[in-house]
Amino acid sequence: MIRKLTETDIKKYVFRKAKLITRNYQLYLIFLPVLLYYIIFHYAPMYGIQIAFKRFSGALGIWGSKWVGFDNFIRFFNSNYCYQIIWNTFSLSLYSMAVCFPVPIILALMLNEVKNSKFKKTVQTVTYAPHFISTVVMAGMIILFLSPQSGIINKVIEFMGKEPINFMYEAKYFKTIYVFSGLWQNAGWSSIIYLSALSTIDPQQHEAAIIDGAKRLQRIWHINLPGILPTITIMLILSFGGLMNVGFEKVFLLTNSLNRSSADVISTFVYRVGLINHDFSFSTAVGLFNSVVNLVLLLIVNSITGRLNQTTLF
Amino acid sequence: MKKLVNADDVIFDIVNYTMLTIVLFMIIYPLYFIVIASISSPLDVLSGNVVLYPKNTTFEAYRLIFKDKDILSGYKNTLFYTVLGTFINVMMTIFGAYPLSRKDWVGRKFFTLLLTFTMFFSGGLIPTYILISKLKMIDTIWAMLIPGAVSFWNIIIVRTYFTSSIPDSLTEAAFVDGCTNLKLLFRIIIPLSRPVIAVMVLFYGVAHWNSFFSALIYLNNRKLFPLQLILREILIQNKFSEEMLVDEESILKRQLMAESLKYGLIVVASAPVIAIYPLIQKHFVKGIMVGSIKG
Repeated sequence: MIRKLTETDIKKYVFRKAKLITRNYQLYLIFLPVLLYYIIFHYAPMYGIQIAFKRFSGALGIWGSKWVGFDNFIRFFNSNYCYQIIWNTFSLSLYSMAVCFPVPIILALMLNEVKNSKFKKTVQTVTYAPHFISTVVMAGMIILFLSPQSGIINKVIEFMGKEPINFMYEAKYFKTIYVFSGLWQNAGWSSIIYLSALSTIDPQQHEAAIIDGAKRLQRIWHINLPGILPTITIMLILSFGGLMNVGFEKVFLLTNSLNRSSADVISTFVYRVGLINHDFSFSTAVGLFNSVVNLVLLLIVNSITGRLNQTTLF
Repeated sequence: MKKLVNADDVIFDIVNYTMLTIVLFMIIYPLYFIVIASISSPLDVLSGNVVLYPKNTTFEAYRLIFKDKDILSGYKNTLFYTVLGTFINVMMTIFGAYPLSRKDWVGRKFFTLLLTFTMFFSGGLIPTYILISKLKMIDTIWAMLIPGAVSFWNIIIVRTYFTSSIPDSLTEAAFVDGCTNLKLLFRIIIPLSRPVIAVMVLFYGVAHWNSFFSALIYLNNRKLFPLQLILREILIQNKFSEEMLVDEESILKRQLMAESLKYGLIVVASAPVIAIYPLIQKHFVKGIMVGSIKG
């Protein structure tokens, strides 16, 4: 039987909460700067999104500018470059995911089988290192290595008796350069998360499997892989959620007038239109379109994986 | 127990170790090449003679790098942004994570939701830019320090560390002894959380050291430029300051030296970070990432 809440119950509840709040007042005090930071630097800009539906003028300000409805969006969808940059963004992301998602998993599974702890640590230290290199340096390295006159890659090509290739000036190479340099830089680092998931697998499962006569590869396939499946799922959801957010920095740094046709993505476009050409409203509209697509993708993937194996982000 | 050795296992190990060794060389060689190229004579690098060890060793590139005003001021600025920025980041992360880790904190769910939402949706580039310029932060050091004062992802990691490695009984015992929340945080919890704080210092520190985007959009004054912006001019845009290569007589020599300088600069810009991270590496795998992923 459900007891009806009496007045004293409510009073008791309120009193208990009030006591908790006053006892922990210092926690509110230290949380205050964090809260203010999020309100000012994350929520306040959301107020500015309205300029996507306005013709922004600096003199009139965000609120004073004139509403133009969906004009900025219509202009974007009617332009020639619209489909090209959306295509570039999607294809670059998918290509990158297809290559860079499975490799860290395989690397972690391989590393997990290494019994020699010195060797294991060496491989880990070395494979993590490129992650700590800045994007500017990374782009600089790519340009140096691929240089047609002095780059080491072209030295190898010349050594094999072929003509050097000017990789950076040909649009068709851009995506491959982007994806494989990303793999080199982050594969080791991304494997950490799977390694730590692997470390939580109960060794008894392996002992039992050995007694049943399971071979090494069978154990990896039937014990280790299912063991890290929830982690894989979460990482997959997160990377789908970021599908439209191809890293601005590297694309921006590697783009030049000759490879732009295959390099320009939404984020570099938003930067160029907004901060270089000062078309604030148009740029915000494109950015908003991007965020909304991203959010929708995240929700769709999250619900699909939820139905498939009960692992969801939220 | 007797160790069972069977043929399958041996083959597996051989294949596994060989493949990992190949991976090891594929990752280390480009890094090694940059180092040997930076101390070889530019002509040998250009003609492809430098493959396994430096040829005609010279430290000319480094001499030029360390006398260039732009590079030195960039280095100094980056050091400043990194030290002060990381301090702000770590304090804010702890201030955010500690209350969120306390189950008896009224408002915990609401604040978590409020912060989580910002991970998936944001105002975007232009509205943020308008805000920063309204706050008069353009062309000030604050633009490099405040807009990225804390990351929620890192708050989650630290919060998880607090909840999983500091037992509730410890908190309760401290309260019984008349400890306040602040004392508890500074005297007990922070000293007990050194590993996760070390990792935070590394993460934020590296991010500041490598940061380039906020400087690109918020800074116009060269005096405030961090190293990465100077690097971009030299490595990507091929822009060298006038006095840097003035000693070289011919155009060809200048071009050769310019290439050599780039290798040296990569070393100078990356060495501090690459040297520090292995010291903190032992904390990476255990504990930190495990909890963070499940939130």
